[in-house]
Amino acid sequence: MTSLSRNPKDLLAGVLYLAFGLAGVWIARDYSMGTSSRMGAGYFPTVLGGMLILFGLLSVIRSFLVPGEAVGTVAWKGLALVVGATALFGVLLEPAGLVVSLLVLILLSASASRMFRFEWRAAVALVALVAFCVFVFVRGLGVPMPLFGSWFGG
Amino acid sequence: MELFANLAQGLGTAFSIWNLAYCLFGVILGTAIGVLPGLGPTATIAMLLPVTFGLPPESALIMLAGIYYGAQYGGSTTAILVNLPGESSSVVTALDGYQMARQGKAGRALATAAIGSFFAGTVATLLLALFAPPLADMALKFGPAEYFSLMVMGLVASIVLAQGSLLHALAMIVLGLLLGMVGTDVNSGVQRYTFDLPQLADGINFVIVAMGVFGLAEIISNLENEGTRSAMVKSVTGLMPTREDLRRIVGPVLRGTVLGSLLGILPGGGAMLSSFAAYSLEKKMSKHPEEFGKGAIEGVAGPESANNAGAQTSFIPMLTLGIPSNPVMALMIGAMIIQGIQPGPSVMTEQPALFWGIIVSMWIGNLFLLVLNLPLIGLWVKMISVPYHLLFPAILVFCAIGVFSLNNATFDVLLMAGFGLLGYVFRKVGCEPAPMLLGFILGPMMEENLRRAMLMGKGDPTVFVTRPISAVLLVVSLAMLVTVLAPSIRRKREEAFQE
Repeated sequence: MTSLSRNPKDLLAGVLYLAFGLAGVWIARDYSMGTSSRMGAGYFPTVLGGMLILFGLLSVIRSFLVPGEAVGTVAWKGLALVVGATALFGVLLEPAGLVVSLLVLILLSASASRMFRFEWRAAVALVALVAFCVFVFVRGLGVPMPLFGSWFGG
Repeated sequence: MELFANLAQGLGTAFSIWNLAYCLFGVILGTAIGVLPGLGPTATIAMLLPVTFGLPPESALIMLAGIYYGAQYGGSTTAILVNLPGESSSVVTALDGYQMARQGKAGRALATAAIGSFFAGTVATLLLALFAPPLADMALKFGPAEYFSLMVMGLVASIVLAQGSLLHALAMIVLGLLLGMVGTDVNSGVQRYTFDLPQLADGINFVIVAMGVFGLAEIISNLENEGTRSAMVKSVTGLMPTREDLRRIVGPVLRGTVLGSLLGILPGGGAMLSSFAAYSLEKKMSKHPEEFGKGAIEGVAGPESANNAGAQTSFIPMLTLGIPSNPVMALMIGAMIIQGIQPGPSVMTEQPALFWGIIVSMWIGNLFLLVLNLPLIGLWVKMISVPYHLLFPAILVFCAIGVFSLNNATFDVLLMAGFGLLGYVFRKVGCEPAPMLLGFILGPMMEENLRRAMLMGKGDPTVFVTRPISAVLLVVSLAMLVTVLAPSIRRKREEAFQE
């Protein structure tokens, strides 16, 4: 990216704005525009999408004119593990139940840390956290989460 | 005196035993989460919001307000003790507060922060009680055109006063507005941007967005520079400030309170700007500016008073106009909507018990902070010492279960993961997520008012400039934009944020 532009951050941000703006306008073409006195469902979103496209273009153009910082290192491991573990929790909660999905969420996300190692203190914290969630959220507050899901006949 | 009658009514609400308990619980919970390094007030409130959903509206809002001050005070505690400001508003507190802690004066710095915050909170609560009614009266006369222009001004002001690139802030606001369009259009019943998913028909809950871009994305960012975090705290002794200390902090506390109260009302101002401004003011006023950065007690007292005053007065536009001036207020508005209260000037007349109850409980919350936090300091120190690698999985767990419990939908958890990804990507390319959240909350309201105004104006956009109040608001917005774009002021603004 650096060879392409003098400000990779601005360039990427601009591309993101463009993507969202174009998607916004493209999808909104199915909604009725209406008139300016009786705006349809598509009016405001199309205007917003158009503005976003404009900002995106400005940002891209600016990235070639005004030098700026590089994007810097991306914490790929942290990103993948934290986002992935959270998504997995959502996927597993109903079929596998709270206990299993919590273990997956906690262990996967914790392994994103450089300090992660399985010692007794972490194990105690893990058990305590799962027990806390079971007693406070499910038993106490009555959040409808199965402790063991359909996979375990729950 | 109407003021006293109003406050008496508020006392009635706030002093119910349950509301006192929720206020106390909120303050303690907020402080406990707020002292954890790497968790600012926005993330704290987003995380704890679901806890309040089961409560009656006034208790929920009282507790949330308590959480807010608690989180803010907790952030200052962390800033002073371990030099890890959990949020931007306590960055300046860390400058001198941490130096005081290194000199063994941690207790005195914490006490100074508590006393300054309490005084500022008291004054700002009174200001809120005084100025809210006339402002709400004025706002009741607002039509849709005025409201639309007011929201434009609020959004513009929030980016002018905020940090960072103007272009990106504008773009993020528009992106937020666009995301706010997801769901069923109230006028036509058309499903917009729902991709035929029934889970999106009611729109995206703002808690999901807030937890994703503030909670998850913050964790990922923190993991990047994990090695640099060390949270070793020495035990805190000597809580009582000396007579000399007290003499030195009177001026800074008074000035900080005034400055913070004023800046807090401005959209986008709030706590952060107030504390920065107060610090530079104290440095300029001081006879010993060279002491600043080396443990000057004035450098703790001024900003701490200012940020608490600003936090308090930023409720004024939120409660009277229904316009959030910062992400925390955006969350408050979201909480009100979930509780079935339409934020705006009518809240005060239609639900006076709620309105005045919140105001009075703000003062009570500040009192709790003062009398509780100093004795509990040992507990907070223990919480700060919890290593981050044990902490963040727990934060994730609470975010995930909290988001699930909004609608008992696993889909929302996936959506939060998506917003976490989006939030991190935007952080990496230098875009602050706060304006996006403001836009997201205001999106539907803006569209509705724009539609109504244009309908009244028969499709003629001049309706926004022919109505005097609306015109003034738009001119002010334009003037703000122009001044920021003007090169000389632009440089000054950058310098101001450099400090």
